[in-house]
Amino acid sequence: MKKSVFLGALTVAGLTAGAAAAATLDDVKARGTLNCGVTTGLVGFAAPDSNGNWDGFDVGVCRAVAAAVLGDPQAVEFVPTTGKTRFTALASGEIDMLARNTTWTFSRDVDLKFEFVGVNYYDGQGFMVPKELGVSSAKDLDGATVCIQTGTTTELNLADYFRKNSMNYEPVPIETNAEAQQQYLAGACDVYTTDASGLAATRAAFEDPSAHVLLPEIVSKEPLGPLVRHGDNEWGDVVRWTLNALIAAEELGVTSANIADMASAAGDSPEINRLLGTEGNLGEMLGLEADWAVKAISAGGNYGELFEKNIGETTPIGLARGLNAQWTDGGLLYSPPFR
Amino acid sequence: MSDTHAESVAYVRDTMLPETPPPAAETGVTKWMKQNLFATIPNSVLTVAAIVVIYFLLAATLPWILNGIWNATSIRECREILEGATGGCFAVLSDRWNQLLFGFKYPSTEYWRPALAFLLLFVAAAPVMFFKYLPRQLLLFTGVYPFLAFWLIWGGSIVPPLLLLLGFVAAYVAFKALEKRGFGVAALGGLGVLIVAIILAGSIGKIEVLRLEQVQSRDMGGFMLNMILGTVCVSLSIPIGIALALGRQSDMPIIKWICVVFIEFIRGVPLITLLFVANVVLAYFLPPGTTFDLIIRVIIMITAFASAYIAEVIRGGLAALPRGQYEAGDSLGLDYAQAMRLIILPQALKISIPGIVNVAVGLFKDTTLVSVISMFDLVGMIRGPILASTDWNGVYWELFGFAALLFFVVCYGVSQYSQWLERELNTDHR
Repeated sequence: MKKSVFLGALTVAGLTAGAAAAATLDDVKARGTLNCGVTTGLVGFAAPDSNGNWDGFDVGVCRAVAAAVLGDPQAVEFVPTTGKTRFTALASGEIDMLARNTTWTFSRDVDLKFEFVGVNYYDGQGFMVPKELGVSSAKDLDGATVCIQTGTTTELNLADYFRKNSMNYEPVPIETNAEAQQQYLAGACDVYTTDASGLAATRAAFEDPSAHVLLPEIVSKEPLGPLVRHGDNEWGDVVRWTLNALIAAEELGVTSANIADMASAAGDSPEINRLLGTEGNLGEMLGLEADWAVKAISAGGNYGELFEKNIGETTPIGLARGLNAQWTDGGLLYSPPFR
Repeated sequence: MSDTHAESVAYVRDTMLPETPPPAAETGVTKWMKQNLFATIPNSVLTVAAIVVIYFLLAATLPWILNGIWNATSIRECREILEGATGGCFAVLSDRWNQLLFGFKYPSTEYWRPALAFLLLFVAAAPVMFFKYLPRQLLLFTGVYPFLAFWLIWGGSIVPPLLLLLGFVAAYVAFKALEKRGFGVAALGGLGVLIVAIILAGSIGKIEVLRLEQVQSRDMGGFMLNMILGTVCVSLSIPIGIALALGRQSDMPIIKWICVVFIEFIRGVPLITLLFVANVVLAYFLPPGTTFDLIIRVIIMITAFASAYIAEVIRGGLAALPRGQYEAGDSLGLDYAQAMRLIILPQALKISIPGIVNVAVGLFKDTTLVSVISMFDLVGMIRGPILASTDWNGVYWELFGFAALLFFVVCYGVSQYSQWLERELNTDHR
C-alpha cells in the first residue's frame, strides 16, 4: 500500500508534465506507432514468442487499437512494464495506453488519475486443490494449509473469505508464482490461491494438469482492463470504443472470417452497418477513418476469437468463458450500443 | 680388508639387493586413500558419508541431464517424448538460445555484431591482463575497442564514435603537452579538450559513413546486456574508485568531503533503489520528451555504486602501506601525482586486488537486478518472456541452471585470473 501511495504522489507530479501533451491521438498518428504498455510476460496474456513477436490476449487489445488508429496492427511499440513501473510509465507519457491485466479499482481510477476504459477480462481469486483431496467446494477447506503470495490483495481476500465462513486455515507465505508452483506440487500446502486465470495458467504447466481442480468459488472481483491517462477524453474514447467494437463484433456475429464480406457493402443489420462504417459517421466522430472498426476486428478477430486463440479452452491454459461470456450467454460482456 | 673375515663368515653378499617395491598399503592409491580419506575413524565415517551424499546427488541429477530432451517445441512435447521418465527439457535452451544471449528484440540478422564485439573483448583485454607477456603496442587496440564495440553493438554511423575517439586522442595529446606544468593542470587541460571534442562530435556527427543498422538501447537484452553492463561498469568504476579513495585521503577539505559524502551516501543505499531512481524518478526531472538512454542511466547508477565500494577497498590498500612509503616518495622530491603514480598506488592496488575482484564479481552478478526495472537481461528474459510463453511455462530448473552456469563460468574465470595476477605480482620475499 505504501508503495502505491508513493507511486501515486509521483503520478500526480508526472501529470503536470504529461498534461502538456494531451492530444495523444495526434501524437500517435504523427509518430506512426502506438506505445502500448504490457507485462514483462504473463502466460496467455502477453509474451514474445521465439521470434520476438508479442502475442497474447492483452497484446490483442494493443494491436486492435493500433489497427483502428493507424491501420496497421503491427505498428505497436510494446513497452514491457512490471507491477512497479507500469503506472509511472503511463503517467509520464512513456506509453499511450496500458494493457497489462490491471485491476480496475477506485484508488487507481480516482487517486492515481487514470481512466479505465472498460474491462477485457473479468478475473477473480480462486482456489486450486489436488483432485485426490476430494474437495469440490471451497466451503470444505476448513483447516487447510494455503499457499498465498504475501503482500497482495489475495492475502486479504483469503482472510476475509475464511472469516466470513468461520473456517480456519494455515497460510504458507510464498513470494512468486514460480515458488508457489513448486511448493504446491511438493505438497507444502493443500490449496493454492491466486487469480483464477493465473491458477489455470499454472495448472497448464503441470506435468499432469488433470490431477488438479479449480474450485468453483471465486472470492473477489478483479476486473482487468486497459487504461489511459486522465484528461485526454478523445484518446480515452478511441481505446474504449475499440474495445467495445471487439465485444460488439462477437455479439453481432462479426468475425475476422466474414468481416471482409460484411464490410464491403451495407447489409440488413443497421447496427453492424454502423459498426463497420458502411452507414453513419461513427469513425469521423472519433477522429478516425470510417472503417476503423473493420481494421480493429481484422487485426486479431473479435473478442471471442482473441479469447479462444490465447487463453480459451483449445489452448493449454484452457480457461472457460465464464463471466467473460457475452451477456446474451449469461456473462458480463455488454457493449453499449453503436449508435 | 675384504680378506679379514674370509674364514670367519660363511657367506658374504657382494651385490646389493634389488630395490623391492614398498608394501602395497604404503604406495599409490591405497596410501593416498589411507592418508587422506581413512586416516582416523571419524575421518572414515565422514568419507563414507560424503560418498553416500555424492552418490545420491549424482543418482538424482545424472539421469536428468543425460536423459535430457534437446529437440522439442514445447514443454508438453518434452513430456510426451519422456513418457514419465526423468529427464530435463533442455529443448527450451535450443529453442530460445538467441533470446537468452541477445534478448528478444535484437535484430536476428545482426547477431554477428555483438558476437564479434564479444570476441574482440578478449583481444582488447589481453594486453591489459597479461601486460608482461604481450607487446605494449597492442594497448592501442584496447584504446580503440570501446568505440569499436559501441559501433558494433548499437550500430549507426561510425562517425560519432570515431570523433569521440579522436577527442580522447586530442585530450591525451593536450595532457602530454601540459604534463611538464604538473599533473593537475595537464588533467584539467585534457578534460577541457575532451569536452570540446564531445560537443563537436555531437554537432557534426550526423554524417553517414559505414552505417550499420541502428539498434535501440531498449532492444538490448539477454546475457549480452549483463556483459555490457558488467564490463563497462567494472572498467569505469576502477579509475573512479581510485580517484574517490585518493580524494577521501586528501588534505583539501572540500574534495575530501565531496568524496566522503558520495561514498557514504551510495554505500548506504541499496543498488535496487538506485536502479529505480534511474528508471522511474529521473524521468520526472528531465524535460518531457527527452529520452535519456535507459542503459546509460543504469550504467551511471551501477558505476556509482561499484565505485563507492572499490574506493573503500583501495582506501584499505592505501592504509595498509607503511608510512615510510609515503615519506620515501616525499624525500625523493616527487610531487603528489608522481608519488602516487610511481610509488603508492602500484603497491596499494596490488594489496587491493582480492577486494577489487570481489567487488567486480559481485557487481557482475548484481547486473541481473536490472530485470526488476523491466530490462530483459538473462534473468529478465527467463523470468519474463520465456517462462511466460505458453510453450515453456514451467521449465524452471533447466533455464535457471543455464543462467547459473553462464555466470559461474565468467565469475570463476575472473577469480582464477585474479589469483594468477596475485602470484605474478608477488615480488616480496615471504
